[in-house]
Amino acid sequence: MPYIPHTEKDFEKILASVGASSIDDLLKGVPEGLRLRGLLGLPEGLSEQELASALKRLGRRNSTVDEYSSFLGAGAYNHYIPSAVRSLASRSEFFTAYTPYQPEISQGTLQAIFEYQTLVCELTGMDVANASLYDGASAAAEAALMARRITGRDKVLLSGVLHPEYRETVKTYLRGSGGDVRELPFGTESGTTIPDAISVESRGAACLVVQHPNFFGCLEDLEALAGVIHANGGLLIAVVTEPVSLGLLKPPGESGCDIAVGEMQSFGNALNFGGPYLGFMAIKNEFVRQMPGRLVGQTSDRSGNRAFCLTFATREQHIRREKATSNICTNHGLCALMAAIHMVSLGKGGLMSLSRLNLSKAAYLRERLLAIDGVRAAFDAPVFNEFAITLGSGPQPALRKLLRKGIIGGLALERFYAALDRHILVCATEMNSREEMDFFADEFAKAVS
Amino acid sequence: MEFPKDLKYTKEHEWLKVEGNTATVGITDYAQDSLGDVVYVELPSEGGSVTKNEPFGVVESVKAVSDLYSPVSGSVAEVNDAIIDSPEAINEDPYGDAWMIKVEMSNPKEVEDLMSSDEYQKYVEEEK
Amino acid sequence: MKPRRKGQGIDLEKIKKMKANGTKGLHLDEALIFERSCEGRIGVAPSRFDVPACDAEKSIPRKYLRDDMGGFPEVAEIDVVRHYTRLSQWNFGVDSGLYPLGSCTMKYNPKINEEIAALPGFSRLHPYQGEELSQGALELMFQLEEYLCEITGMDAVTLQPSAGAQGELCGLLMMAAFFKDRGKPRTKIIIPDTAHGTNPASSHLAGFKVVPVKSEGRGALTANAVKDVMDADTAGVMLTNPNTLGLFEADIKEIADVVHKKGGFLYCDGANMNALMGIVRLGDLGVDVVQLNLHKTFSTPHGGGGPGSGPVAVRKTLEPYLPVPRVRKRGKKYSFDFKRPRSIGRLKAFYGNFAIMVRAYSYIRRMGPEGLKRAAEAAILNANYIKERLKGTFDLPFDRPCMHECVFSDKVQQPNGVSTMDIAKRLIDYGYHPPTVYFPLVVPGAIMIEPTETETLETLDRFIEAMKNIADEARNAPELLKNAPANTRVGRVDETKAAREPVLRWKAKPPL
Repeated sequence: MPYIPHTEKDFEKILASVGASSIDDLLKGVPEGLRLRGLLGLPEGLSEQELASALKRLGRRNSTVDEYSSFLGAGAYNHYIPSAVRSLASRSEFFTAYTPYQPEISQGTLQAIFEYQTLVCELTGMDVANASLYDGASAAAEAALMARRITGRDKVLLSGVLHPEYRETVKTYLRGSGGDVRELPFGTESGTTIPDAISVESRGAACLVVQHPNFFGCLEDLEALAGVIHANGGLLIAVVTEPVSLGLLKPPGESGCDIAVGEMQSFGNALNFGGPYLGFMAIKNEFVRQMPGRLVGQTSDRSGNRAFCLTFATREQHIRREKATSNICTNHGLCALMAAIHMVSLGKGGLMSLSRLNLSKAAYLRERLLAIDGVRAAFDAPVFNEFAITLGSGPQPALRKLLRKGIIGGLALERFYAALDRHILVCATEMNSREEMDFFADEFAKAVS
Repeated sequence: MEFPKDLKYTKEHEWLKVEGNTATVGITDYAQDSLGDVVYVELPSEGGSVTKNEPFGVVESVKAVSDLYSPVSGSVAEVNDAIIDSPEAINEDPYGDAWMIKVEMSNPKEVEDLMSSDEYQKYVEEEK
Repeated sequence: MKPRRKGQGIDLEKIKKMKANGTKGLHLDEALIFERSCEGRIGVAPSRFDVPACDAEKSIPRKYLRDDMGGFPEVAEIDVVRHYTRLSQWNFGVDSGLYPLGSCTMKYNPKINEEIAALPGFSRLHPYQGEELSQGALELMFQLEEYLCEITGMDAVTLQPSAGAQGELCGLLMMAAFFKDRGKPRTKIIIPDTAHGTNPASSHLAGFKVVPVKSEGRGALTANAVKDVMDADTAGVMLTNPNTLGLFEADIKEIADVVHKKGGFLYCDGANMNALMGIVRLGDLGVDVVQLNLHKTFSTPHGGGGPGSGPVAVRKTLEPYLPVPRVRKRGKKYSFDFKRPRSIGRLKAFYGNFAIMVRAYSYIRRMGPEGLKRAAEAAILNANYIKERLKGTFDLPFDRPCMHECVFSDKVQQPNGVSTMDIAKRLIDYGYHPPTVYFPLVVPGAIMIEPTETETLETLDRFIEAMKNIADEARNAPELLKNAPANTRVGRVDETKAAREPVLRWKAKPPL
């Protein structure tokens, strides 16, 4: 049998030494009547070679973002992953280990996470970051729960331009504790959350959750929003789904945010049809005991050498049980490792230049698309690498024509916003060459003419 | 293990020292020993109120967390802020430097059903 | 290179002989990546600009822009590669040696699964690229759901939850939604004292009040104990089977009956499913909801703490409440179904940890029904072997045939001043990852050993010998245990200091 090294002789030997004549003897604790008779109705086992070819065949039934020119973003970004990321994260000392409960033989994982925590802090301008959460959406939900604990208030305000699936996730997470979740309208011209329009709703709110750049790719005025929510005693939670933007944009920590969360997939993690990705959370120092998730700290061993270990575990489920800050146990450690390797491979200069490259690509494409007759900018706020456009009619026919030319032209926003029925969300990254963008613009012009 | 004679004790391992209408509260030597190295303590703020047998704070070691239960009801007259910054005092001097709060008692009769030093010592030995 | 630590009077030669591979390795030092930074270095620079470079200040208002990248490091590619290579060498994984961490099922992670998950046909798919471009992915998800239904004996599966704990939350929210729909919300959930901490934590998050029940003297939950507390306000019981003592909850069918009679659900925490594959089906035992941990039972790597995946299987009655979207099949076409009005919503963006599903799917296809059954049997056999061979040496609080893991305690060693922690640390010196310690909470000083089915008899024998040696040392030279581990890169780590003087990130030294 695959992966089970025992020979028949081994089985017999072990059975004899535990005083059993068959496996059934060991299953005495399982009432006879409850046992499965016969085998499970599953396909017969395969050899490794058969498995490899069967799965390669299945994989070929998908089309990849390499076979098509993809201009999709919307919370999952196609970025180049340096070879070193895969090569190093594939070292099985990393990926076949578990949570570093025993620090003396887990210093590799622990130091890597400590460094990851630091990178997230530097990127976001916050004081403390945890070892990772599942993904951006559940991180936003955990942040809202945390804000409720800190403020003792119930009402959670969600920007209407927070990723729609993040909003759904927050609502699901908050189902159990009931309370009040409100979605705020956005400025139809700016495409952003309007600070003046939220002052009434902000009264008595635990937090405002706002994405930056937002779901339409627009930059939000975090400082102004922080001003409003703080004046009402609530917290500002910034959600970043495209962290490459932080190579240029002012970090949330310098814009008055109390909790920064989001998605780190852009760094080092493949698109993977939506997961596993990497939720991050970074906070101001004073909230550390309310933070969910694992946390690595620096300390020393008995001889005074620098060492690392998990710390503040009393916040967590295995100790505090129903009073824990979260139910999270397993997080996304390997994804955090890959993100860290990508971030340090870029470093200061590389990240700033990558960020600028993304800005430039999107600016170029936006200009080309807006030059087409019948295509307009949907919103007027500044953008990073993603933007929305409006057509004269529904976008599906044009998107279908593009698909036939090998182009995934973006996301029709009607899927999430019924009123935006002529809108497409378009993203350009360093993966989209100028030729590709020119081809897209030319074909798009034909498709909408 | 020390069990000072002049104190009263609870089943949750808090001690109480009564001076007039004021009661000083802390955790016992046995409690700090079973917790191990204390790393964090959370106390109420001055002026707040506490209720007999209700939690008033939290004490944590690296791998355990315990609620602190108030032996009496009343208002919090004083809080020992020093142990918040150096929780190791709870291990080093649980009956002295590491007192936690002083309570202005609203019902001094509540002291009556607490254990004496001898009773508590017996209780601890049974719990082991 | 500098030597880290001296042997501290410990017999290194003897340890060397005992160790599985007999080598001591190079104890290379490695600074934090930030400390290796050198101004101007870039590891892997992004591509050149093939479009006009945009002046950020012109397209974005100044107030939105950052001044600098703070303490971001600047290192060469070779620095990055050596840095992480060295860090990896300070780690211990399943590939390094036996990792008998109870309740975590640290079985071998097949290499072929990594290769398959990395195929562009699975890894280079955007979640919004459309169903017609993703038929292979949808087919894989649809079939994996079917396989998990068959393995658990349930009616429907969602693959969305990211990990076991999120699966628990998902299952509990579905139960709550069911009662709310009927206009009679229930407020409580019964959880035995042997449960994982995630069970009460997830219940609290789902809005339930936890009603704890004690397992009886033989380490299992009885139907009578449940009967005493189960009422019409209680949504159900959350039971782990086999439980965290490695024992099969033999009363499970009767417990299910008690719960069902009061209109509740039986939730089974499937963390320990490795003992049950092909042996029993939870659906046949009266279970209504179960979450599976693909990173335990189905061989996907644990990644130094995730990513995992926590699919949830339910009975027909709860199917309308599963998260959106569901995968469906019409004719030969697969698609997502988003229109499910009674669904609890979603627990994450997109569809779940797809790359983990690919690995679990590959595992199930490779094993087949006979392989899965054999895996469960071998896991049970190995745990019983360890239990029988060590039971004279270490205290065994529950001496009955166990399932996939067994729980000892430090009771015999305590009089010598040796604790479970010391035993665990000493095992490291012998070249093993320690078992799970101090859990379950019902056994003071618990040592929970789960060998899994993927270990050879020789490995088990060497481990048993090491444990026996340690028991000898506990009697004759307890200081060896107290000072362990002796030949790791760092000695025993000061966790108290980490909590009292928290340093949670590196900080640049302020300029002089």
